[in-house]
Amino acid sequence: MTSAPGLVRDDLQPAPEPSPPQQVANLAVFALVVDLFGIALVVYGAKLLRDYNHGHVLATLVGALLVLISLYPLWPTIQGFSGARKRSGLLGGGQLVAARRAAARGREDASIGLGYGVAAIIVGCLMWLALTNQGAVADTFFRVNAWSQSFSQAIQGFWINIWVAVVSFVLVLIFGLVLAIMRMLPGRAGAPLRLIATVYCDVFRAIPAIVTVLLVVFGVPLAFTFTQTWNSAYLGVVALTLTYSAYVAEVYRAGLASIHPSQTAAARSLGLGYAQTLRAVLVPQAVRRMVPPLLNDFISLQKDTALLSIAAIPEVLTVTKLWESKLFTLAPVTLAAVFFIIITIPQARFVDYLVNKDAAKRAGG
Amino acid sequence: MAFLEIKDVRKSYGDFEVLKGVSINVERHEVVCLIGASGSGKSTLLRCVNQLEEVNGGEILIDGDTVTGAGVDLNRLRRDVGIVFQSYNLFPHMSVLKNVMLAPTMVAGVNGKEAKEKAMALLESVGMAEKAGSYPDMLSGGQQQRVAIVRALAMEPRIMLLDEITAALDPELVGDVLEIVRQLAHDGLTMLLATHEMGFAKEVASKVCFLEQGAILEMGPPKDIFENPQEERTQQFLSRVVKSGRL
Ligand SMILES: Nc1ncnc2c1ncn2[C@@H]1O[C@H](COP(=O)(O)OP(=O)(O)OP(=O)(O)O)[C@@H](O)[C@H]1O
Ligand SMILES: [Mg+2]
Repeated sequence: MTSAPGLVRDDLQPAPEPSPPQQVANLAVFALVVDLFGIALVVYGAKLLRDYNHGHVLATLVGALLVLISLYPLWPTIQGFSGARKRSGLLGGGQLVAARRAAARGREDASIGLGYGVAAIIVGCLMWLALTNQGAVADTFFRVNAWSQSFSQAIQGFWINIWVAVVSFVLVLIFGLVLAIMRMLPGRAGAPLRLIATVYCDVFRAIPAIVTVLLVVFGVPLAFTFTQTWNSAYLGVVALTLTYSAYVAEVYRAGLASIHPSQTAAARSLGLGYAQTLRAVLVPQAVRRMVPPLLNDFISLQKDTALLSIAAIPEVLTVTKLWESKLFTLAPVTLAAVFFIIITIPQARFVDYLVNKDAAKRAGG
Repeated sequence: MAFLEIKDVRKSYGDFEVLKGVSINVERHEVVCLIGASGSGKSTLLRCVNQLEEVNGGEILIDGDTVTGAGVDLNRLRRDVGIVFQSYNLFPHMSVLKNVMLAPTMVAGVNGKEAKEKAMALLESVGMAEKAGSYPDMLSGGQQQRVAIVRALAMEPRIMLLDEITAALDPELVGDVLEIVRQLAHDGLTMLLATHEMGFAKEVASKVCFLEQGAILEMGPPKDIFENPQEERTQQFLSRVVKSGRL
């Protein structure tokens, strides 16, 4: 280039000094301190566990195992130290690049030791929290004999939660679609129905679900006497459907809105009508994006089935609360919590998997 | 009577008037090029012709029939008017073949077998037959644009609107796409196209319209416009184009 002189000049940008390798030793020392603290906490936790179980052999073994695991972070930490030694050796020999590499590896090792050490501290603290105060926490939440007594009734109750969630969600998918279509009707002719659907969604997203459940389960049998013979779980289904349809309608609408308008333009310009464009072009593309948020709503719905307990429907929370007052421990309610955890976590993982897959695809495409 | 008559068309977005009374006639088998700076309203005008945008004034007639205003069967109109966009806009969830077959089967009611044969023949003619099963994501820009042209052609339009269809392509891919357009022009397809490829406009167009801020400043045979522009703004525009190496 022979353009104007001096947009780029060497004297304005002097060559920098070659960067020295990073420090390793201080990081490794810090990791070592953290590791030792973690080990101490876990050892103390293991002792509490053993004492609480009056030296029972199983508790002793579990404690010993945890202590062994907590020793693991020492290993990468030690490697970090050896990395620090290599670094200074190489640096002394003038091998700058090799010293940088050794330092990077050493820091990586020391960081691993540090990360696992922090995890050991957290585990140790949790053990201490659960077992402190002569095991008051464990007695309150985790009493094994309370679990075994209430288990079979709890699981029967939980079956109600499951079918209520599944039936409600099927109805929600249908009713939510009706609402979404109403909200998207075009033109002045569609305006009144649009308004109704919008108001519906706003109202039912505003009312706390527990209030809707209360109003429906207690109010409907009074207002419509023929429903008095119904299993009140059916009314619970109605209440949850009313609430969740408002959310799901929004998911449908947002999913369709997320498809770029150029897709609609392309379809319409080929002569496809509004409904044909929806069916052939928009919905198939939107569905993939709707699945994760729909699953999230389904997970919330499963958890909200516990709200039916305020209407004495014998689902899992109702049942376990009865056991709670019988046994004077919250352990049965913890059991209900465990049930929800067991069914919910795999679904949450699955949603994450779908989302990540989609993100990877978009990054790749 | 011209095949496509654009009469004093006006179009505003809110207070902003994008088209300020544009009139163009396109005869049957004629190729007309729209040139002009970015933002001058070329895309908007093309989108008005097939009613993707409603006009706020004036009138557009195709084969003597008004296509603007209320009561027009838009889906019928759009079967006769093909459009290809700068950004291809293929349907990403369908294979190349399905993209091409969609409108003939869904809108024109052609049966699947016949539509497939015709789609394959069209893809063959643009050298895309072996990509029939691929999805748009897997194709280069030039390949996608060739499919988009074929998709529009599958409806056997009587006029094609092309909106800067090579603007998003790498230079070495432009040639393939222009070759197809050249062939279509040779076959006698009526076309109205917006382009930044002045050399190409010079070659295929029978008429060039220079659009400036929503109005036609100059219109005439390519020879006149490119070699002897009358308006100062046209001269400026063309000299800038020459500088950027496009003429
Ligand atoms: N939907 C819209 N809402 C508001 N303004 C718009 C809209 N579409 C286009 N415009 C404006 O109208 C003007 C003309 O746009 P148009 O896309 O027709 O220009 P163009 O000549 O095709 O430009 P280019 O060469 O960059 O494609 C621009 O100023 C643009 O900002
Ligand atoms: Mg444009």
